[in-house]
Amino acid sequence: MDADDETFAPITDEVGANGGDEQRSRRPIISGDHLDIEAYASLYSGRTKIMRLLFIADHSSDEKVGNPSMNLEALRMAYDEIKKGENTQLMREVAQKINGRLGPSYELDSAWCDAVDHRAEQKKEKLDNELNAYRTNLIKESIRMGYNDFGDFYYAHGQLGDAFKSYVRTRDYCTTSKHIVHMCMSVILVSIEMGQFTHVTSYVNKAEQAPDALDPITIAKLRCAAGLANLEAKKYKLAARKFLETNPELGSHYSEVIAPQDVATYGGLCALATFDRTELKSKVIDNLNFRNFLELVPEVRELINDFYSSHYASCLEYLGNLKANLLLDIHLHDHVETLYDQIRHKALIQYTLPFVSVDLSMMANAFKTTVAELQKELEALITDNQIQARIDSHNKILYARHADQRNATFQRVLETGREFDRDVRSMLLRSNLVKHDYNVRQLRKL
Amino acid sequence: MDPLEALVAQIQGLSSTPGDIARLHIILKQADDSLRAESTRLSPVLGQLAPSEHSLGFLYVLDAFTSGQISKQQAETSVPIITGFINACNAEQIRLAPEKFVLVCKRLKDQVMMLEAPIRGAGPLLTAARKLQLSTEHLTPLHSDFLMLCVLAKCYKTGLSILEDDIFEVDQPRDLFLYCYYGGMICIGLKRFQKALDLLHNVVTAPMSTLNAIAVEAYKKYILVSLIHHGQLSTSLPKYASSVAQRSLKNFCQPYIELASSYGTEKIAELEAYVQTNTEKFENDNNLGLVKQVVLSMYKRNIQRLTQTYLTLSLQDIANTVQLNSPKEAEMHVLQMIQDGEIYATINQRDGMVRFLEDPEQYKTCEMIENIDSSIQRIMALSRKLSAMDEQISCDQLYLSKVGRERQRYDFDDFDVPTKFNI
Repeated sequence: MDADDETFAPITDEVGANGGDEQRSRRPIISGDHLDIEAYASLYSGRTKIMRLLFIADHSSDEKVGNPSMNLEALRMAYDEIKKGENTQLMREVAQKINGRLGPSYELDSAWCDAVDHRAEQKKEKLDNELNAYRTNLIKESIRMGYNDFGDFYYAHGQLGDAFKSYVRTRDYCTTSKHIVHMCMSVILVSIEMGQFTHVTSYVNKAEQAPDALDPITIAKLRCAAGLANLEAKKYKLAARKFLETNPELGSHYSEVIAPQDVATYGGLCALATFDRTELKSKVIDNLNFRNFLELVPEVRELINDFYSSHYASCLEYLGNLKANLLLDIHLHDHVETLYDQIRHKALIQYTLPFVSVDLSMMANAFKTTVAELQKELEALITDNQIQARIDSHNKILYARHADQRNATFQRVLETGREFDRDVRSMLLRSNLVKHDYNVRQLRKL
Repeated sequence: MDPLEALVAQIQGLSSTPGDIARLHIILKQADDSLRAESTRLSPVLGQLAPSEHSLGFLYVLDAFTSGQISKQQAETSVPIITGFINACNAEQIRLAPEKFVLVCKRLKDQVMMLEAPIRGAGPLLTAARKLQLSTEHLTPLHSDFLMLCVLAKCYKTGLSILEDDIFEVDQPRDLFLYCYYGGMICIGLKRFQKALDLLHNVVTAPMSTLNAIAVEAYKKYILVSLIHHGQLSTSLPKYASSVAQRSLKNFCQPYIELASSYGTEKIAELEAYVQTNTEKFENDNNLGLVKQVVLSMYKRNIQRLTQTYLTLSLQDIANTVQLNSPKEAEMHVLQMIQDGEIYATINQRDGMVRFLEDPEQYKTCEMIENIDSSIQRIMALSRKLSAMDEQISCDQLYLSKVGRERQRYDFDDFDVPTKFNI
């Protein structure tokens, strides 16, 4: 426990510095209770904080997920955050969504918008002039800084496409590998915000090819970015591997993109859905690095341990509790259903694996479902060839069934013989026809 | 002397040795036109000749006799004459004039069709085909006519006997198409779907430069039989099918392809609805019976899938899963399938339960060993035939000339192909 405390201390300091008090930041953020929006938002910074709050606001209007007060709370916090930045587009969006429900201080502040836009114009002109000056002087380093500043400017103002282009342009002027890594990180950040994860993958690869400039924190950031890209591409196994390889020094250094709780949750769920037992044990449960992350979300840790020790009912119960909050997560939202289905199927398959016969009512108890429902699920898995068994519907027992290799071999052999026979005969016939046809044509020519 | 009587005398005289027969053949060819001119006086001549000894002469006379329009009464008399001739004639003699023989048999076919008694022609044509064949692997134009008569007369078993032979030599592609098409229909009638599929497959993938109606009709039946037997249809023809077929066949068989895709969704209600809406189209092609069998096969396939998942299942559950109306219907279906040998199960009527059993075949019996042994022999013979054909083609003049021509273009220093082969 002491070791855990030591690694904990620097993280909590960082998180505490963001505004929440120390007590609150020690409590697990992603839990079965309703999401504590302030604590959740305090994990992130920059544009992603705003996007996540907006996402929560949009999706908390679903009855099954949240309550309307969460909706307003999220919008209020988003408004405050946007005011600190310079993105007028987002400001207009949020003001429209709030629609006056939060009182006069939260309405569209046109004066502020105009002031920001005006400032932006001026800054842009200045940057343009500087860049042109640098370009005529052909000083590589200054041109690179100029494009970089442009990229930052566009990003702050929400013009992500232009930001992306500017950052990519700095590539021609990068001289050291440190520059390249810096460029890659900026591009990755913009790509994640834009949702274009193919770029993320390619730039992560590019950055990893410059090993001397990489410190552990950057490596951890790159792994997280790669993991996110794989998650979006539905390659859950690869995503799990990447998240599990992230070293705990990440802390909250990547708060513009991801929080350590997220690493734990995404990594844990993806691993549970795709790894087999040995991999689960070696890479997740015995993984000391990842344990640091799992401490932040004890529910995920509990459910992984339950799955491994075959306490399926409590595992599925934890999953059910977490579902509501996971649906509010901007990256995991589309994948929750698939991952949950995969985990449930794996639980069913793992349950039946060691037995020759299984009583369906006992199994239904273990999974807290009815026998009829269970029978349907098992039928689907058997038809899919994931379970080798047959159901005795009269006595409600599942019998394991192993294919008879000898008979199967005989059948295959006879079938192959028949096919060969058929194919060769029709081939000889066809060649005869072709020869006849050719002969006729030759005769006609001659 | 009357030229006709002179001819008769020559026929009677020169029909004993092969040398005489060759001379007779030449004489007959010269006399052919004159015979035709006197077709009305020929029936007593036929009486004078014996079909078994004077087959060639009889053939020529018969040909002249039956040329021209024949009415129904005349057909009544001529059919037995031709039938008698076919049964009695000498195979070597008629092989000297195969086209005439084929012509006579075709006329027989037309006449029995006119008399609306196709079965009268089936037996004789079978004998005729066997006599004309140079070997059992040879296809004659008579095969397709014979099969057509079998289909019309619905005597499928006789047709099956000739289908058991493998065909490797073909004179006219058109004969092959018709043979395979009618053969497929006979096999469908006897419910031998695998053989029907093979025959129809041959038609569909045969080399052809332009699409013909036989191939289109064959493809329609091919789709239906493929659904019944395999439960699925491969969407594209194999690579060795002609490019014409690959491109255009589908356009002519649109309703059937849609039927196949609707079958693939495994929803019986949809399939039946589709069949209902398109009943006329299927009826026009005379395929409605087959289509109904396709719908039936879907029930069977669903029940077969259940044998993979369940050991025992109640009749009520079967009825629900397979979308039948009542357990009684389910019981009927299962019973039928057990009798046809399509599944192995026992029905417990007291509990209303069906118990699915494994295939009892253990591959340990003598019959199975004999079966495997004969298959091995057969395939070895086939392989020998294949290599023999390969050698034959590599010695073929046309092949060498084509290859020689191409080599000449690319390899100057390699061996010089003798000019004899450059056509």
